[in-house]
Amino acid sequence: MIDKRVASCASAVANIKDGDTIMIGGFGEAGSPIELIHALIDHGAKNLTVVNNNTGSGRVGLAALIENGQVAKMICSYPRTANSLVFPELYRSGKIALELVPQGTLAERIRAGGAGIPAFFTKTSVGTPLADGKELRNFEGENYVMERGLKADFALIKAKQADRYGNLTFNKTARNFAPIMAMAAKNTLVQTNEMVELGAIDAENVITPGIFVNGIIEVSKPQQESQLVKDGVVYLPIKSQGAEK
Amino acid sequence: MNTLATSNQQSNRQTAQIGWNREQMAQRCAQDIEDGSYVNLGIGIPEKVAQYVPDGREVIYHTENGLLGMGNSPTADEHDPDLINAGKKAVTAIPGAAYFHHGDSFAMIRGNHIDVCVLGAMQVSAKGDLANWSTGAVDAIPAVGGAMDLVAGVKTIFIITQHTTKTGDAKILAECSFPLTGQKVVNRIYTDLCVIDVRPEGLMLIELAPGISFDYVQQRTGVTLQSAAHVTMNNLNEGQK
Repeated sequence: MIDKRVASCASAVANIKDGDTIMIGGFGEAGSPIELIHALIDHGAKNLTVVNNNTGSGRVGLAALIENGQVAKMICSYPRTANSLVFPELYRSGKIALELVPQGTLAERIRAGGAGIPAFFTKTSVGTPLADGKELRNFEGENYVMERGLKADFALIKAKQADRYGNLTFNKTARNFAPIMAMAAKNTLVQTNEMVELGAIDAENVITPGIFVNGIIEVSKPQQESQLVKDGVVYLPIKSQGAEK
Repeated sequence: MNTLATSNQQSNRQTAQIGWNREQMAQRCAQDIEDGSYVNLGIGIPEKVAQYVPDGREVIYHTENGLLGMGNSPTADEHDPDLINAGKKAVTAIPGAAYFHHGDSFAMIRGNHIDVCVLGAMQVSAKGDLANWSTGAVDAIPAVGGAMDLVAGVKTIFIITQHTTKTGDAKILAECSFPLTGQKVVNRIYTDLCVIDVRPEGLMLIELAPGISFDYVQQRTGVTLQSAAHVTMNNLNEGQK
């Protein structure tokens, strides 16, 4: 029997190790799997490389993971956001590394990683500092820069609906990076607003097929990052078994 | 700090009063958005272009975080934190809209499927090079977002910008001094003073704001401009579409 449901957010993230690369879905707060991120903070894995378009806001979710000293390097396109407080300070003091990637190149690197493509060529960033040190190739009279596919040990994403096979749907623009991150990670962990029976998602409407999913936890009323930021919430780790190292 | 910002805004406003103001710059640009276009609008003045597209033209707005068919700002009832634009502001989706993931969204951009992108600029060169993501300052947190993808992949790139910086320095130059967003990517520049085409032979002034002369523009431009054979003076009416 295939049943990818797990008991809790804590058990979902229990196998994440120090030094792992973690893709985290979301564009700003839309699609941010905040309960899974908080479980990763409780878990305590360190020296992580995190792939996300941004660096979180306020002192919850991804920003709290960074503030807790668990992230050695961010791979992202836009590390500044309204209410982005944590990353800029750590970056300026040299405590966190940044690999800045154009947003479309970031998406394509993730898609390539998930499709078994080690590298590809794109026009994006040719002639700019972000192409420095990268191989250039001329195709049909135009220069292209080589970019590498990107893979991860884990992906943490948020879905609207999931069934026990791992078939997923998403809500509006909260979909953003989730489907391609699910493909690029060895282990894709999903928090879903709703668990449904097999067949409840019409096969024509499945966005992420279950083959790309490894663990699912239902979080029926997820917290909203902007509300937590507005309320001045600071997420502090709860010591769990996973945090004993 | 506040005083300085206010006085900058004031001097900015005074400059704008000489030519077109921000609304009129957006209005002028909107006249060049053709019926049936798929359009991506950058943050700032470019966002305003949508309000001024002439009646009778149907235009579909793309936002790179994953929506074709972006509508207006939501009412309080419609507000959904999962429905935002690339500037992370709440938006709505029109009937006929489509959602998609980032891979598909940037395939639309990088695969030359989007017709027009309107962006702001820090500097534009005579060759159409654009600098709009970084001043290269050492202590700045670098951030690029989708700008490099848009200029590399969208068919037509329109720039809306004040003709000079707040301190009066030229932004339209022989070469950009800031790090580039893309090389030879800009097609047309709309400023508070004029409209300039980027052509293989150089920058061609094609239109002037009311009361502005070619010489006035040239004095505020860091590279020699050519003048089109018939430079029109476009007297935009307030609210006209």
